[in-house]
Amino acid sequence: MAAFARARTSELAEPVARLWPDLAARDLRAPEIGLVMLRGRIGGDGAAFNLGEATVTRAVVEIKGGYRGYGQRLGREPATARLAAVADALWQNEQERARVEAEIVTPVTRRLAAESLQAKSEAAATKVDFFTLVRGESEP
Amino acid sequence: MSLAVSAPLAGSFLEPVFDSQRAFRAAMDALAHPGVVQPAGHGLPDTPLPAAAAALVLALCDYETPLFLGPSIETLPGTAAYLRFHSDAMLVTDPAMAAFAVIDLVRDGLDLAVFAQGTPEYPDRSTTVIALSPGLTDGPPLTFSGPGIAATATLQVAGLPAGFAQQWRANRAAFPLGVDIIFATSDAIIGLPRSARLSKDER
Amino acid sequence: MYVAVKGGERAIANAHRMLADKRRGDRAVDEIGVDQIREQLALAVDRVMSEGSLYDRDLAALAIKQARGDLIEAIFLVRAYRTTLPRFGFSEPLETADMLISRRISATYKDLPGGQILGPTFDYTHRLLDFALAAESETMPPATSPVDPAETMTRVTDIIAGEDLIENNPQPADGQPVGDLTRDPLAFPADRDLRLQNLARGDEGFLLALGYSTQRGYGRNHPFVGEIRVGEVEVEMLIPDLGFAAPLGVIAVTECQMVNQFKGSKTEPPRFTRGYGLGFGHCERKAMSMALVDRALRAQEFGEERKGPAQDEEFVLSHSDNVQATGFVEHLKLPHYVDFQAETSMLRLMRAANARQAGLPPAEAAE
Repeated sequence: MAAFARARTSELAEPVARLWPDLAARDLRAPEIGLVMLRGRIGGDGAAFNLGEATVTRAVVEIKGGYRGYGQRLGREPATARLAAVADALWQNEQERARVEAEIVTPVTRRLAAESLQAKSEAAATKVDFFTLVRGESEP
Repeated sequence: MSLAVSAPLAGSFLEPVFDSQRAFRAAMDALAHPGVVQPAGHGLPDTPLPAAAAALVLALCDYETPLFLGPSIETLPGTAAYLRFHSDAMLVTDPAMAAFAVIDLVRDGLDLAVFAQGTPEYPDRSTTVIALSPGLTDGPPLTFSGPGIAATATLQVAGLPAGFAQQWRANRAAFPLGVDIIFATSDAIIGLPRSARLSKDER
Repeated sequence: MYVAVKGGERAIANAHRMLADKRRGDRAVDEIGVDQIREQLALAVDRVMSEGSLYDRDLAALAIKQARGDLIEAIFLVRAYRTTLPRFGFSEPLETADMLISRRISATYKDLPGGQILGPTFDYTHRLLDFALAAESETMPPATSPVDPAETMTRVTDIIAGEDLIENNPQPADGQPVGDLTRDPLAFPADRDLRLQNLARGDEGFLLALGYSTQRGYGRNHPFVGEIRVGEVEVEMLIPDLGFAAPLGVIAVTECQMVNQFKGSKTEPPRFTRGYGLGFGHCERKAMSMALVDRALRAQEFGEERKGPAQDEEFVLSHSDNVQATGFVEHLKLPHYVDFQAETSMLRLMRAANARQAGLPPAEAAE
């Protein structure tokens, strides 16, 4: 589900259109834009407080076989939230799960891992290397 | 991860924005004009409970709304799941905690005293009871007066329990506290706000 | 007193048309895109998100464009927009300990696990205008260094807490609802959850001035920056139908942990106290100010004498919101013709009375 929430639209739309062209998904909850109150913790690890809201789009679909999929993503992209729900519904079907994993989950997870590594590498380049000023002893 | 195959789920409003606004409007008119039948239940071709009642729940409740279901509604197949899914409402088992309640007059009876009555600071924190009725025009007549009623209004809701008149007098006596009732069938509602006063000669 | 006045519709329509024209400016200059604002004025976007109390970069960028760069107006637009949307629920509390960090510094420890990560900072710049930016220039991609996968970035306050040298944060009480000032009006005294929500949406300039005032002696609380961390955190929300918290994506936040004046008692050993700041995007000045004011507002809890404005919760919380503040200040622009007329008549009567007492002819005194 994390992969479906963070996939780019194309990372969902392309494999769904290519591999499941005849998929008829019924909207149980048509894509809907709303808010989620984001909570922080007092002092970082204490009781919750309300920090502020974020826009969220959610959708629920049902596909053949009665598999129900939930899509919910930050932002305001109704079509993408519905695609996330479709991908989740497909994943519920054990016959389809391997293909969903291979064609959607793995590529998205891999991209996110690469982006995360890039962000860490950029941060690491700004890490301070302290060196102690000479204190009168000879340096090794 | 999530639940695999689930029981079939009926659909929500065909046009969520317009249909929920119509339902809201109907509820507002019903409470503003006690005793006047208001058409309701648009956009819900396929619901497990009468559409006008379902429309009120879907339009008025959200994830912060405690909702109580009468025993006959709770056990009506697919109903609790349907209302929870489409409205996000929190189902509660204690009627005194409920902002809204759906009950069936005939199967569940009606005891107004069990619901939230509001507090002197917040009289609005009482339960609005959505009461399913077999008919809104063919019950024994009861005559009311009060705000929103020009002279008198005659209510002919079918399925009211014996002793309803006493219950309503007690409800009215607690004003501004007390519950409001919206009687519902599949295609219409009628409102009875706590401000409505039963005529003296009704029993 | 307000009186309904009709007319002025044409003037208003034309004023709005003129506003649109001024917003667009010289047509010979390219129109700015919302995507350009989002990418290149990112800190303005972050401020509008924090104080608009709505995380949506595109909406904040659009609001900035529409408001011609007036950030308080943009915040107002975002606040107005949010009222049009239904709320689906609330997230699980964000776990800042698991942040994907782009900046992380501490003023309390030089050598700390994970190190001092400067990230994209204005610190150590010389604040000299860079005229190269006035011309179009190629910007180099950021440098990279190998990442040690074993290295963790424990929060500094967790390190201090490990030695029991800092107070513990309040833990959630069973059944205690989290206060929400968008649902229930603020009442005093306000609990810390409500205070933090209020400060998180509060005006950066107001909080900065209050934070500064505590440093200058109006409610001193001896702060150290335990840690500032900036980066991305995951957002999860419980989906009741599923029975588990589903991930929704990631947001950028800034967290500031101030380590303050220690307190102890006969039964408790002395420990440092805390002030906490958290905001959307990269907003460290705001998060630091918030942490200073959070700590100042805890004066009563620690039995400190309340002598500075920053320690007065009613003063701080009632005046921190710039949308409320601008609404009340700017309403003075609305017609007050009748009030003013009443006061003018009163003034004339008083002057006429004074003149009569002084034996002057009435016409002179009352015009």
